Amino acid sequence: MNKLFAIIASLFFVPLTLSADWTEVRIGTEGAYPPWNGTNAAGELEGAEIDMANELCDRMGVNCTFVVQDWDGIIPALLNGKYDVIIAGMSITDERKEKVDFSVGYMTDGACLVVSGDSQMASFSPSKESINLFNTDAATKQVTGQVVALLKGKTVGVQGGTIHQNFVEQYAPSAELKTYSTQDDLNLDMGAGRLDVGLADCGAFDDYMAKADSNLTSIQPTLSGGPFGDGVGGAFRKDDDDLREMFNAAIKSALADGTIGRISKEWFGRDISM
Amino acid sequence: MNFSLIFESFLKILNGLALSLEIIVLSLILGFLASILIVLMRLSKNILFSRFSRGFIFSIRGTPLLVQIYFIYYGLAQFSFIRDSFLWIILKEPFWCGVIALTINTSAYTAEIIRSGLNAISKGQIESATAFGMTKFQTFKRILIPQALRQSIPAYSNEIILMIKSSSLVSIITIMEMTGIARKIISTTFAPIEVFIAAGIIYLFLNYLITIIFRQVEKRYSVSY
Repeated sequence: MNKLFAIIASLFFVPLTLSADWTEVRIGTEGAYPPWNGTNAAGELEGAEIDMANELCDRMGVNCTFVVQDWDGIIPALLNGKYDVIIAGMSITDERKEKVDFSVGYMTDGACLVVSGDSQMASFSPSKESINLFNTDAATKQVTGQVVALLKGKTVGVQGGTIHQNFVEQYAPSAELKTYSTQDDLNLDMGAGRLDVGLADCGAFDDYMAKADSNLTSIQPTLSGGPFGDGVGGAFRKDDDDLREMFNAAIKSALADGTIGRISKEWFGRDISM
Repeated sequence: MNFSLIFESFLKILNGLALSLEIIVLSLILGFLASILIVLMRLSKNILFSRFSRGFIFSIRGTPLLVQIYFIYYGLAQFSFIRDSFLWIILKEPFWCGVIALTINTSAYTAEIIRSGLNAISKGQIESATAFGMTKFQTFKRILIPQALRQSIPAYSNEIILMIKSSSLVSIITIMEMTGIARKIISTTFAPIEVFIAAGIIYLFLNYLITIIFRQVEKRYSVSY
């Protein structure tokens, strides 16, 4: 009986990271953020990051398996050892850097404001098509001010725990913020007309906006920099520098020979590689 | 384990207590009233009424509350004739969608609780009441309902506890009640254990209160055979 108890007890203490020489790598992804990482009708993962991750694993000569995890718990589950790297459209931000380390960025997509085609906001036309919030020139400041004024008092929907939520909280605190656990739910509520404005990566709205009965339209400017961070990268536990360096080398080579550019074109219709 | 985070989260989550209670109390009251109607229909001689009521109870008890909440909030909003109707004034609001879903859910369960309370009353009592010349309504009001309710107290306290816990599900439709706030804190601290411990303590305390209150209620009113 004591032996049995000891065996059962020991099961709880099996180290989660079995090997440090990385022949097997577990990749955590959300599977609900197409075209970055989505799930097709057959229940299989697909998307630009899935193709890219498979390519990177080939280059590193490691065996990769994917683990699907809700966005809510995607960083805690990495820290708890459920997988070894997050590849899930995660932007590199200072807030996240406190908990995880990032690889170099591999892709970057601006954030888009989406509104109903019938709304007055649909005709909003700022003097710049896109703004980078790291810039401090007068033109950027002016357009930023216009966007902030536009969002004032509006109901704005974002996925919870994202750069988009951070942007609204920092720049437009007077907006009524609604947070959703997945992009799908946000799209549905946008379509239902419960929201004035939706904010997410531009590509994340494409599928839904392409639907025949959708009356949504994205307005300028596209947003980047500032709370939107430094592009999208893989996230690692802070003590896995060796694995992060392996990914950095593979990402750099796949960026250099245009592979990531080609994959992003396939899924986004444009090259968003960094 | 970060104890100061537990404490900070605790205070923040308490801000959602009023909204949680509003949703719970409103749904319980509306659900209880609806359940009486459902029981009356269920016991009615009119076959349409009783069939409808039976089907309603079967489908609500047979499907997950999560699915019911999704259906009412996201599902109904898909139909443009609903969005164009007066119903949209209510269905547009996450708060009311949450209350409606919880009300419908608890009404089905409460109806079954009351029905089993009624079934426990012996036929002889109804016959005696009729022999005394009471009308059907009088029999119901004086003989059946008081006994059925007393009979139902333990099961109903259980239902209230379930409702307190179920109310956490409405956070998925953007309602910032206690669980919604907890999830928001987690999205910036990435520390689910500390935050959910804080939320769990509040739910535990609420249910502890309910348990104590109903222990007293049971002592006073419960029937013992």
